[in-house]
Amino acid sequence: MVMSWIWSLFLLVSILSAAFTGRGAQLSQAVLQGAQSGVTLAVSMAGSVCLWTGVGALMEESGITDALSRILRPILGRLFPSSRADPALARDLSANVCANFLGLGNAATPMGISAARRLKRGDTATDELCRLIVLNTASIQLIPANVAAVRSALGCARPFAILPAVWVSSICSAGLGLAAAWLLGRLCRR
Amino acid sequence: MTDYLVPLLLLIPALAALRRKENAYDILLTGAGSGLKLLVSILPPLILLLTAVTMLRQSGAMELLGKLLSPVLTLFGIPPETALLVLIRPVSGSAALAVGAQLMAAYGVDSLVGVTAAVMLGSTETTFYTISVYFGAAGIRKTRYTLPAALFADFIGFLTASWTVKCFFPNLS
Repeated sequence: MVMSWIWSLFLLVSILSAAFTGRGAQLSQAVLQGAQSGVTLAVSMAGSVCLWTGVGALMEESGITDALSRILRPILGRLFPSSRADPALARDLSANVCANFLGLGNAATPMGISAARRLKRGDTATDELCRLIVLNTASIQLIPANVAAVRSALGCARPFAILPAVWVSSICSAGLGLAAAWLLGRLCRR
Repeated sequence: MTDYLVPLLLLIPALAALRRKENAYDILLTGAGSGLKLLVSILPPLILLLTAVTMLRQSGAMELLGKLLSPVLTLFGIPPETALLVLIRPVSGSAALAVGAQLMAAYGVDSLVGVTAAVMLGSTETTFYTISVYFGAAGIRKTRYTLPAALFADFIGFLTASWTVKCFFPNLS
């Protein structure tokens, strides 16, 4: 439903704005141009998207995700204290964070949801559940494959040159997001 | 360094699989095949949304929005051209990808705006969608402070994306 609103809003705003600025000709040209560029973009992304889903599958099957989630477990124990007494929760949490880190979004969601079910109390989100959501929405990712694919599709010579900047900003947003959650949690209790 | 990271990331899982005596190539093939399915699923939204976003761009609405929000955005060091991306990112992933691709195409992949858009896309998530999936599946109604905290994290992501690009790519304009 949200998308229907976005779609209609985008069209309404562009028609109004074109009428206002007298760009009717460009507007009608943009319709077919945009549709075609969607196909062009998807096709030129195809190579790297397929390659990275293949590598993602291999990372799961070859035990790399398991090894990484074992490394993560002690760190996550501090962020999610109740996982120390609950091995199933610890496994779900580390698998979720690790799948996100490797860019395996589809694999991350079911494990995150199973962790969320264990972290909730009735129909209320606990502090730890809020932390899990913030971690999941901050997108800490080793290789943002889709963005790199768009960059290379548009003819960029070094599509992966953005990696250090992406890492720094995801870590900052996750860290400060967690700090905000901690602060809001304390304010809520008062 | 990043030039070797990606090729090594291809090699390491292959060696790890071989050590476990697993058929690395077959796993890669099946995975790549499922990538094709993923591509088919993002193609229709990409076509629709790039149509809408190209219309927004050509009608001058994107510039207008940038100008409108530019006092707030420049205050935080965020390029005003990315206004629509900042607004749409937490709501819809495919719309954000369309807006980001549009920005990269219009300003150049290696321009300040293009690189900033790419870093923003890479370092933030579709917050509203993620929250609704998790809380919907776990049956949570009282979300308490989750949304403000997650949106704050997004905002920090946009902020640091703009700053890190200026730091790491000082020659862009």
